[in-house]
Amino acid sequence: MNQPLLQTVGLKKYYKVKAGELHAVDNINLSIQESQTLGVVGESGCGKTTLGRTILRLVPATSGQILFRGENILEYSGKQMHEMRRNMQIVFQDPYSSINPRMTVYNIIAEPIRSSGTRLEKQNMDKRVRKLMDTVGLASRLIKAYPHELDGGRRQRIGVARALALNPKFIVCDEPVSSLDVSIQAQILNLLMDLQDEYGLTYMFITHDLSVVKHISDNIAVMYLGECVEHGPKDQIFANPLHPYSQALLSAIPVPSLAARSRKPYLIKGEVSSPINPKPGCRFAPRCPHVKPICTQGELELKEVTPNHFVRCTLYGSEKP
Amino acid sequence: MDNHMLLELKDLEVVYQTDFENVYALNKVTLSLNAGETLGLVGETGAGKTTTALSILKLLPKNIGKITGGSIMFDGVDIVKATEGEMRKIRGNKISMIFQDPMTSLNPVIPVGEQIAESLELHNTQGRTAAEIEQRVDQMLELVGISPNRKTDFPHQFSGGMKQRVVIAIALACDPALLIADEPTTALDVTIQAQVLAMMGELKEKLNTSLILITHDLGIVAQICDKVAVMYAGEIIESGTMEDVFSRIENHPYTVGLFGSIPNLEVSTLRLAPINGLMPDPTDLPKGCKFHPRCPKCMDICKTESPRVYETGTHQIMCHLFTQEGNVIQ
Repeated sequence: MNQPLLQTVGLKKYYKVKAGELHAVDNINLSIQESQTLGVVGESGCGKTTLGRTILRLVPATSGQILFRGENILEYSGKQMHEMRRNMQIVFQDPYSSINPRMTVYNIIAEPIRSSGTRLEKQNMDKRVRKLMDTVGLASRLIKAYPHELDGGRRQRIGVARALALNPKFIVCDEPVSSLDVSIQAQILNLLMDLQDEYGLTYMFITHDLSVVKHISDNIAVMYLGECVEHGPKDQIFANPLHPYSQALLSAIPVPSLAARSRKPYLIKGEVSSPINPKPGCRFAPRCPHVKPICTQGELELKEVTPNHFVRCTLYGSEKP
Repeated sequence: MDNHMLLELKDLEVVYQTDFENVYALNKVTLSLNAGETLGLVGETGAGKTTTALSILKLLPKNIGKITGGSIMFDGVDIVKATEGEMRKIRGNKISMIFQDPMTSLNPVIPVGEQIAESLELHNTQGRTAAEIEQRVDQMLELVGISPNRKTDFPHQFSGGMKQRVVIAIALACDPALLIADEPTTALDVTIQAQVLAMMGELKEKLNTSLILITHDLGIVAQICDKVAVMYAGEIIESGTMEDVFSRIENHPYTVGLFGSIPNLEVSTLRLAPINGLMPDPTDLPKGCKFHPRCPKCMDICKTESPRVYETGTHQIMCHLFTQEGNVIQ
């Protein structure tokens, strides 16, 4: 296998809170190949957004490594990191709060170019911004518009254009479509996939929506309470989810077809427990229908059940492949 | 008792008037719901789903929102003509509403038990004593799967899913004939959403309550509704039973677009087939069919004339494609 574009090794992010230590991201080992998409799924509070931000060093990691083309960016100096940020960008969830309401579309898109230290003649900058707007499907008449004049779909296009401004290699998409209407959502998803084909972008796509993740990803990681409980190729995760949590998550999606009406969802009881000072063993154990005493004794390892398909569960593979 | 017409909206028109402009929120909405039925009201932001719900309860913003035409009949009462005093007897008693965000629809400084008791005390037509009301509160909490000894807890002590259960308990406390749920699970996680939906389905069966479920998610509609109405720009452009709409034999082009926009879990597609363009500005609606600027099958007649309703059995589609003989002009 080629060297992955991005890899995390034992990445941890703990927050100190009054009650103890909040394990937001716990021991994450992931890798993303160039021009591929890794979907990260999980429910609110599972640490998926923190993971995305930690990888971009927007929040400092507690321990572990983040390897970008084999180099650990956690060891980078501020200056090196500034240079590195050209390669790593983010599209935020809420297009209403992630762009400055007092800047024009032109200035929003030009800002990353300016702050990266690139000096462009006004004329060239103009050309560059118009080109970016064209790439993401924004009419160039909107160049002087302010965000409040635009709807959510167009604002999110600005967010995408801004992320693309420095020709990055890697983009973290943090729920980029969840605040949009379905018909607009589909437009943005198509745009992101077209851009990937054209520029060979690598995405980490964070979402809670499994149908979206299935559509856009090559590989999927399922997170629960800061841990990755299962990861593997998309088709395998959907055809054969191994972890009881992944199974519940998949069966909880309401499917818009008549055939799905008779299907009884496989409900899990209870709610997500607290990520503060988690108990040893499987964090899903209190909700798991297959829980055994062994589940809460000692830490569990991610096991490779079939090639490239890993799961953290005592139900599988006492024998190592 | 069963199967009689409970709610009927006829040619309902609602306008929001501000100093600068008139927003045409509802344009001739016609709907009907029988006792015990569940209707899914589907559409995107700004389609008029919530306005429909608010007009049924006469909760449109004062001085701005006005019902300018049509009628709403609920159980023999004409809501449009009803006085405020009459409406107070209906709201929370015969018609209840569940709002989208459970975090903001509960009072943060009152224990949840008291909040459930409030509607019982206000609509105490059966002359319940304080002890009986207390008993009913316990019963309601049990019904929605919360232990009654948590009734002295405050909303912040509950998670999102639990708060929505409390809201449902409040809504159902007076045994309403009609429950309007406005995106009840949008703010919840999928596994919690599945729990709440399963519970709502069970309660509806048990209590024989009619339900109007407002949602943008066709998947949720497929799970618990009997009938479905698709709204676009203040109009119901398609309605029918689940089989009519979801068998996808004949659909309004907008409904086709809605289905095409959802990534399918069962079949892999390389690209989604979204609807191009945006919702029209409700202050300046296009002439003719309101969907024509975005419609892939737009014909000349669509730009000038409003389509009539094409009806087969229970299935109604408002589109020239079905009422007009002739070919599609690109």
